[in-house]
Amino acid sequence: MAVSGLIMVGYLLLHMYGNLKVFSGQAAFDEYSHHLRTLGEPLLPYEGLLWIIRVVLLAAIIAHVYAAVVLTIRDRKATRTSPGSRYKSKKNKRGFQRSYASFTLRWGGVIIFLFIIFHLLNLTTNDIAPGGASPSPYERVLNTFGEWYMVLAYTVALLAVGFHLRHGVWAAGMTLGANTSAKARRNLNLLAYAVSGIITIGFLIPPFAIFFGWVG
Amino acid sequence: MKITIRAWRQANTSDQGTMVGYELDDVSEHMSFLEMLDVLNERLTLEGEEPIAFDSDCREGICGMCGVVINGLAHGPERTTTCQLHMRSFNDGDVIDIEPWRSASFPVVKDLVVDRGAFDRIIQAGGYISAPTGSAPEANNLPVPKEDADRAFEAAACISCGACVAACPNGSAMLFTAAKITHLGLLPQGQPERAERVVSMVEQHDAEGFGNCTNIGECTAACPKGIPLETISRLNRDLLGALAKGKD
Repeated sequence: MAVSGLIMVGYLLLHMYGNLKVFSGQAAFDEYSHHLRTLGEPLLPYEGLLWIIRVVLLAAIIAHVYAAVVLTIRDRKATRTSPGSRYKSKKNKRGFQRSYASFTLRWGGVIIFLFIIFHLLNLTTNDIAPGGASPSPYERVLNTFGEWYMVLAYTVALLAVGFHLRHGVWAAGMTLGANTSAKARRNLNLLAYAVSGIITIGFLIPPFAIFFGWVG
Repeated sequence: MKITIRAWRQANTSDQGTMVGYELDDVSEHMSFLEMLDVLNERLTLEGEEPIAFDSDCREGICGMCGVVINGLAHGPERTTTCQLHMRSFNDGDVIDIEPWRSASFPVVKDLVVDRGAFDRIIQAGGYISAPTGSAPEANNLPVPKEDADRAFEAAACISCGACVAACPNGSAMLFTAAKITHLGLLPQGQPERAERVVSMVEQHDAEGFGNCTNIGECTAACPKGIPLETISRLNRDLLGALAKGKD
């Protein structure tokens, strides 16, 4: 879970950097998009590097989902000992200190998975094209975020990503043995807040900027 | 104090079990939680009813025998064992829900008593030093850095009460297992078997049917001995090292 998750975090940071190029105008954005396909040529074929990244990401997603499903089934078996809820008491449902981010980790992950499929159909293949389809990646983005409901959908999805990473980055550090003192715990928590904050805000800047007409 | 108790009643392991309510009119705030249950049980016995079964031994907070889930929290609202919890932590007129530790690996024996044999089997899987060490050696023969000694002692404070499992949303016993791994892994005597220990204890943990750690930290918050969450990270570190060395 930890390694596959961190691979995806690394990809998200690169993806976010690419998105912010939308502020440099249509030529720069479309050139960047095209450049991703020719990167590494002639050593790699056209779209070669892109396909390597896609395969690695797909493997990471499969590993992440497989581990999550297997572990969740084991956890359910360990706690579902009688019909109904585990504890009959209705009090302290949040325990001593369970956070919203840790509560929503599993279902948030399912929402993010569905969002990724929607997102690929929307901006990669352009099968879902609110505001009009276009061969130019720049125009696709502008057309999409000209619609308020698309801005809303992406906002909800990215908040889910933010919560997922808040707990996920911290948990990855725990799993890889990085939390071995009070200071390390504080640093790991700060890192998790920073990564989730930067990714959520960084991804949300372009949709809102486009919606309010500050781009193009 | 007037208190209403809703306690889990279950005749035996195969019984379905249910919550049963009892009214107590004259509870002193100086009573410990278990004394309050003793008073209730005396009354039930006089009325010819079956008293509520619960575990307890030292009643000093050091043996790890007692432990129930009070209002959904393992060992109740204070960070201590159930026996060291007092009725002054509650208010007049409160309704208090009392349930046993809930885990597939801790079958209910009767009412609030669960079988924690799974913990013994995890310890048997490697939570000890196999070399006979004789009597205590001269303390200065084997220097241990102060920081390591403190951390090892902190982990060794685990009393195996099982609150970590009861509090964990996944029913994981990782904090219990990690406390022993950390305790022995930080001391020189624990080094020769360090890699085998972590692998076989984690295997036994999983074989007992405990859940997995999702790093939420409820275990540490519930732990009456304050075993830190970082012990789990140390366990993970040892496990990664052992797996990298090809121990399995």
